[in-house]
Amino acid sequence: MAAFDPIKTAIRSPRGGVSAAVLLLVMACALFAPLIAPYAYDIQNLPGSNADPSVAHWMGTDEFGRDLMSRIIYGARTSLTVAVTAISISVVAGLTLGAMAAYFGGWFDRAVTAVVDLTWSFPEILIALILIAIIGPGVGSVMVAISIAYLAQFTRLTRAQIMALKNETYVEATTNLGAGHFHIIFRHLLPNALTPVIVAGMLATGDAIILEATLGFFGLGAQPPTPSWGAMMSSGTAQIFIAPWIIIFPGLAIAITVISINLFGDALIESLDIHNHLRSV
Amino acid sequence: MALLSVQSISVSIGQLNPLEGVTFDIDKREILGLVGESGSGKSLTAMCVMGLLPRIGGTITNGSIIFDGRELIGLPEIELRRLRGKRIALISQNPMTSLDPIIPIGAQIDQVSTLHLGLSPEAAKARSLDLIAQLRIPEPAAIHRAYPHQLSGGMKQRIVIAMALAADPDLIVADEPTTALDVTIQAQIIQIMVELVRDRSLALMLITHDMGVVAQACDRVVVLYAGRVAEMNTVGEVFANPKHPYTRELIRCIPRLGQEPGSLKGIPGAVPSIVDYPDGCRFNPRCSEAQEICRGQVPALERKSSGIAACHFSEV
Repeated sequence: MAAFDPIKTAIRSPRGGVSAAVLLLVMACALFAPLIAPYAYDIQNLPGSNADPSVAHWMGTDEFGRDLMSRIIYGARTSLTVAVTAISISVVAGLTLGAMAAYFGGWFDRAVTAVVDLTWSFPEILIALILIAIIGPGVGSVMVAISIAYLAQFTRLTRAQIMALKNETYVEATTNLGAGHFHIIFRHLLPNALTPVIVAGMLATGDAIILEATLGFFGLGAQPPTPSWGAMMSSGTAQIFIAPWIIIFPGLAIAITVISINLFGDALIESLDIHNHLRSV
Repeated sequence: MALLSVQSISVSIGQLNPLEGVTFDIDKREILGLVGESGSGKSLTAMCVMGLLPRIGGTITNGSIIFDGRELIGLPEIELRRLRGKRIALISQNPMTSLDPIIPIGAQIDQVSTLHLGLSPEAAKARSLDLIAQLRIPEPAAIHRAYPHQLSGGMKQRIVIAMALAADPDLIVADEPTTALDVTIQAQIIQIMVELVRDRSLALMLITHDMGVVAQACDRVVVLYAGRVAEMNTVGEVFANPKHPYTRELIRCIPRLGQEPGSLKGIPGAVPSIVDYPDGCRFNPRCSEAQEICRGQVPALERKSSGIAACHFSEV
């Protein structure tokens, strides 16, 4: 019997294949930035500032004469690290909270649900801004802010999944054979609830890149000279009429990455056939 | 002393009292049938024995459950968990959904013996393979690797039985283990369970509403009606000489080969609703022999010429 491999199925579809290729490219940029980037990201060259795209500088230079392409390649690092780390923390915390709330119920469930519904009613950007206002700007705080901003989504999704699963006969049967709470939650409930949460996490990573860029645009994220796509766009606004490429290329990088993530996520949802699970979010 | 002795337990869930004075006992190497219509309290009795009543918000208000010389009522959850699976195992109604769909069959059996017997993964696997073979499933090694959806209903039910046996329990509570299976598979599964009881000197509490299964497998029968014991006797006596009118009706309902088409009758009326039990004997509205006393006075569960029954009119 052939093993069912949803990722392989997703890659075989046209949009899944293309988006996977683009994502691999972006990840390669992030991983091997020092090898791929033609220049260092922080070497300034004031005489050559705001230079047009040319053979030497494919995407031109910014207002300090830094090579834009190199900065975008290094910027992939910031964007991906922040988004992926933040969403990973958020998914793990959401899985744990949601599972405990659904499994144990009672006052704990009511408390978690109340807090989650409260944060759920605000847009993620607002929650992230409030948190950064409290803990101060920087890469670390952006990660914390993003992971808390998305926590509600994963907690709700996991809770809904576990609520449905915990009444399954096999859970009852394992209880009847003497299994403890820990065993039931981690061996039986979470593995069965995992798939939709992982896919939701993947789609949220795309949103998190935009959120990171937005916070970077406001100057709340990575501090100079560390390149981040959002901050680069922000500095490009001043030059928008003399050197539009400074804002266009980072914008394109964000757009292409996020679109690829969403397309791949869609392909994955289709190959896993879990539309109905995600509708509860 | 019997292995399990249930002494006149009563259960309340909120305002309701779904069980009243249920009494029976089971010894080793014995199969006790627990029969009755839906809503008579069969599964609830099983939950009492397993100590699972708090999960559905019920409490045992009266009586005692003594297992192997130990009182189970009032035992803390952690102690009960140690008993569940290790000393008392429950086989649930529906084999189709009793297995986790994303864990291989073998791992699911293994985990019971690693949990309760502290076996190493290799020893647990060897034990599981052995159990699968004992339950007459071909190619144990392939089945050990398979996932639940690759097996048929009958095979899944055997796997569920294997899981129940994995920690070598003394008492197995089987809650309608064959209801979801077709008749030929049902006969095989019952046959296997009967053999297991004899070979391993287990005690089996077989919950069913099928008098045919009772006749095939059980040594003794408890007939429940609306949360009370109507009659308890050996299988031979119950079929040859039923003491309670309800038992007589149940036996009359077993279809027979060569029966006139259309002559099969049910018991008229329905099981009374738990919120509105009749006074006196709870079977009186459906009983053809009911008298004034049946409507006013609860019949005591008394020893008759053989077995015990709760009827004003059965001979002493």
